[in-house]
Amino acid sequence: MTSTAKSNTLHFGLLFFLAIAFLVLPEYHSGNLARIMILAIYAMGYNVLFGYTGLLSLGHALFFSAGMYGLGLTMHLNGWTPAPAFVAALLASTIVAAIVGFLVLRTTGVAFMIVTLMFAQAGYLTILYFGTYTRGDEGFALQQATRQLIGFDLTNPSVRYYTALILFSVVLLLLAYLVRSPFGRTLVAIRENGERAKMLGYNVTAIKLQAVILSGVISGASGAAYALLFGYAGATFATVQYSILPLLWVLVGGAGTTTGAFFGVLFMTYLIDYASGQTNAYLIVVGLVLVAVTLFLPHGIVGTLRNKYAGWLP
Amino acid sequence: MILSTCGLTKAYAGVAANTDIDFDLPVGQTRAIIGPNGAGKSTFVGMVCGRIPATRGSVSFDGTDITTMAAHERIRKGMAYTFQITSVFQGLSVRENINLAARRRLGKNKLAVTRKTDEVLERLNIANRSDQLASNLSYGHQRILEIGMGLAQDPRLFILDEPTQGLAESEVDDFNQLMKSMDAETTILLIEHNMNVVMAVAEYITVLDQGMVLANGTPEEIRANTAVQEAYLGTGHG
Repeated sequence: MTSTAKSNTLHFGLLFFLAIAFLVLPEYHSGNLARIMILAIYAMGYNVLFGYTGLLSLGHALFFSAGMYGLGLTMHLNGWTPAPAFVAALLASTIVAAIVGFLVLRTTGVAFMIVTLMFAQAGYLTILYFGTYTRGDEGFALQQATRQLIGFDLTNPSVRYYTALILFSVVLLLLAYLVRSPFGRTLVAIRENGERAKMLGYNVTAIKLQAVILSGVISGASGAAYALLFGYAGATFATVQYSILPLLWVLVGGAGTTTGAFFGVLFMTYLIDYASGQTNAYLIVVGLVLVAVTLFLPHGIVGTLRNKYAGWLP
Repeated sequence: MILSTCGLTKAYAGVAANTDIDFDLPVGQTRAIIGPNGAGKSTFVGMVCGRIPATRGSVSFDGTDITTMAAHERIRKGMAYTFQITSVFQGLSVRENINLAARRRLGKNKLAVTRKTDEVLERLNIANRSDQLASNLSYGHQRILEIGMGLAQDPRLFILDEPTQGLAESEVDDFNQLMKSMDAETTILLIEHNMNVVMAVAEYITVLDQGMVLANGTPEEIRANTAVQEAYLGTGHG
């Protein structure tokens, strides 16, 4: 099998398993899995910038919440239906990512991290400032009656699960296509050696900006889908914690791999789920496991598999 | 002239690295720039290809003033540049390295990119290593790979900054052969310390000393130039 065929088998195989998982898993776990798929979209968006382009952002909660509020506010305040509200969310996150990208790409390295973090904090404070509309930390719920899409009730567990799966599939396959495309290869080249890429005639800054926007839009789509499927938007999702989480997911799953984002979210969700069932001090357990993962699997789960056994892993 | 500079000057915090360099390179020539360490050779080509902003002066490429252009725009005009310190995409395969160079120019035409890549791999005798990661290559092969990335761009002006630095004798001979084979295809601007290489491949030589042009001439003229001998050849280099 060629590496393209292997990669297709992997992606479609994963989607196939997820499609039948709902039918065989107990409701608690299929509910978890729907959430994991939506958050994995966020992680995949983060991975475009961190894993493939080599830019470590500490401010992606800004893009996630731009999508979340882009959908949430237009539905909640303007009474929009989910489809146009989702488009509004994509637009909102595109605009925010374009502006932030334009400004932060003047910096590199540690300064890039700090400036992205600052923008995200400014975004969080903006949400609190307009508390009249956003309801701040408390947030607001999206009523069941409004969460209907072409006759389907998105609050129904099976509809919710398969909607999440469709969105996840679209983003996963898009990412799989992207990393094999000339654009994706150029991102990797910039990650590997930006100066060399520039001296081959690539407009590195412009390409990085495109990567920030793409990453921001995918993150925004995840935020919008989260609000839509789980019926809630709140400022917690704009806090620094939600900027750190995608970094952890991607590191654990494997930066610069297409499926690492999903496995990272899956692993972390069930780790927290299991540890919090055992002890109140579950964060200590989670922390220790993360230390162990970074020590023994420095390239994450999928990244280590790729290095050791399967070089073809996309 | 494929390349001309006029009054090109670079000062670092008041210390002049290059002073008023007027330089003309005709199409098709293989030109070497030589000079003692610190003469300002790398600074000069850095300003030519846009990596280093000039303090004053102008650069024109094929009749167009490119002084204010960014580095990547100059490369797009038809320059290629190899770094003094080897700079390849370490984590990517040899083939992918060449691909990236070819693809920027040939764009979406996959067939043309593949053909160009194969041609360069064959020409440099590294086709059998095309699937290896660049980081697994020997130092000599990494240098060859970097030259290959230049070739894959079919440049009109190929700038090489000390390409033979750290190469073994046999590899230097191969390099000389390669330079001679490129002679008819493109204009070459070569910074080189190894005088054997310079004398073997250069048609014309520019000598820099203390950031200024000390002499211009054919290899024979430069060899006979007493000022050059004092500044450079007599100091134990080469």
